[in-house]
Amino acid sequence: MTTTVAGVEEIREVSRRFPTSEHGHLEDLRDDPIDLLHRVRDECGEIGRFRLADRDVVLVTGAEANEAFFRAPDSILDQAAAYPFMTPIFGKGVVFDTTPEQRSEGLKNQALKGEMMRGHAATIENEINQMVGQWGESGEIDLLAFFAELTIYTTSACLIGMPFRSELDGRFAEYYHELERGTDALAYVDPYMKGVESFEIRDAARLKLVDLVQAIIDKRHVRGKVPREERDLLDVLISLKAEDGSEHFSTDQITGMFISMMFAGHHTSSGTAAWTLIELLRNPDAMSDIVAELDDLYADGPEGRAEVSFQALRSIPNLEATLKETLRLHPPLILLLRVAQEDFEIGGHLLPAGTMVGASPRVSNRIAEDFPNPDGFDPSRYLDPNQADLQNRWTWIPFGAGKHRCVGNAFAMMQLKAIFSVLLRDYEFEMTQPSESYQDDTSKMVIQLASPAKVRYRRRVA
Amino acid sequence: MRVAADLELCQGHQMCQHEAPAVFGLDEDTDTVIVLDEHPPGELRGQVLNAIKYCPAMALSLEDE
Repeated sequence: MTTTVAGVEEIREVSRRFPTSEHGHLEDLRDDPIDLLHRVRDECGEIGRFRLADRDVVLVTGAEANEAFFRAPDSILDQAAAYPFMTPIFGKGVVFDTTPEQRSEGLKNQALKGEMMRGHAATIENEINQMVGQWGESGEIDLLAFFAELTIYTTSACLIGMPFRSELDGRFAEYYHELERGTDALAYVDPYMKGVESFEIRDAARLKLVDLVQAIIDKRHVRGKVPREERDLLDVLISLKAEDGSEHFSTDQITGMFISMMFAGHHTSSGTAAWTLIELLRNPDAMSDIVAELDDLYADGPEGRAEVSFQALRSIPNLEATLKETLRLHPPLILLLRVAQEDFEIGGHLLPAGTMVGASPRVSNRIAEDFPNPDGFDPSRYLDPNQADLQNRWTWIPFGAGKHRCVGNAFAMMQLKAIFSVLLRDYEFEMTQPSESYQDDTSKMVIQLASPAKVRYRRRVA
Repeated sequence: MRVAADLELCQGHQMCQHEAPAVFGLDEDTDTVIVLDEHPPGELRGQVLNAIKYCPAMALSLEDE
């Protein structure tokens, strides 16, 4: 058998809804990215193409092509240049300005290892209890605002430290949200384009975050040194000196590091928590299964009531299945991108260096051959022995796959289990708006819940 | 059954050692998993299945022989 290797131009290009746009499919991506990504597979098959500004983006779907995509080493498919909308948010010299080797070294030292999880679970339980502690008997919450604030507190407490977290209030979450809103795909043309309101808000928000961090640093200087066991990451960073005795990191750089550390875990966890609650309200049978499961788990036993922080690290099968199904239907990231560093062959095509290559969790997670009734909410897919996630390792990809599979996924699942253990143990929820009106706002690369998205809560009667 | 680990995918989370300590260890130099026992006895099957299920890198699998 001979295989001919075709070039990139022989990959079919998807149709355009905005044929007069000067930047290829940029307007398609900004207007309705989900429609664009699904159309690529529908029209072109497992390997298709669209144009983003002056570049080709080759989009692959399906197990075989996804595996080739996710297994490619950083030296061939790199993330650095794939997300230009992140650079103004993180700032210069942070994350994507480092080499692949430096980044993989960084993984070894982070706070996401299994052994750290017990402490994180206790921290998260404490944060959710604090938020819910102000609720009273009944009331209404906005899902976006509530979960976005909660996950700012949990990620900062777990990744930076409790002393830093305790200095934060709702303003940090508000400015952080404005950063996330600054991820317009126009950044593929120019991340600093003039006259783009969301970019102006983004840059102003970043400055406000730097001011908040500066105020915390000023307090640290006044307070002076504390014993080692009371220090957090901020104490460590401000103690580092350059060779000439000056500060090693500026406040701008430290803020950028914190923004980047929290970024991957923030809008993703926040959105998944919101969608989990929405799906449970849309599917009352799944809700009652989980409430029964949690009631059983947290019932008073001979040794008292189980701690949420203990249980969140253990198996909660129905809740886990619902979280996985929510992630399949509503993956927080719908398009994962890389840039080919050298000529790269995939799906029988040779892509020249510089080509962008993408995989889509949104599209792959709904391939009907792998996930029958792909648009239906069915947590039983994951219950033993079905295990739709493990059976479809290269198409069940809400966390990505391969080398760069989200390193925080175990943390995220634990956090979601802790959040719902507390919420559903103590409260009942109902929608306050039509079910179909809970939707995502997909106008930015960071997808968030569209407003309004409110629910009513009422304390459960024992 | 045969336990297999994909070292290209392992991220060194060490969850598997917690789930099935007799079957999985850690190579300190490469920070990746070592399969200590490729053919664990049947009574460890439950532990191994949990290790596979909760591996954050989806790097483990079980092949029935």
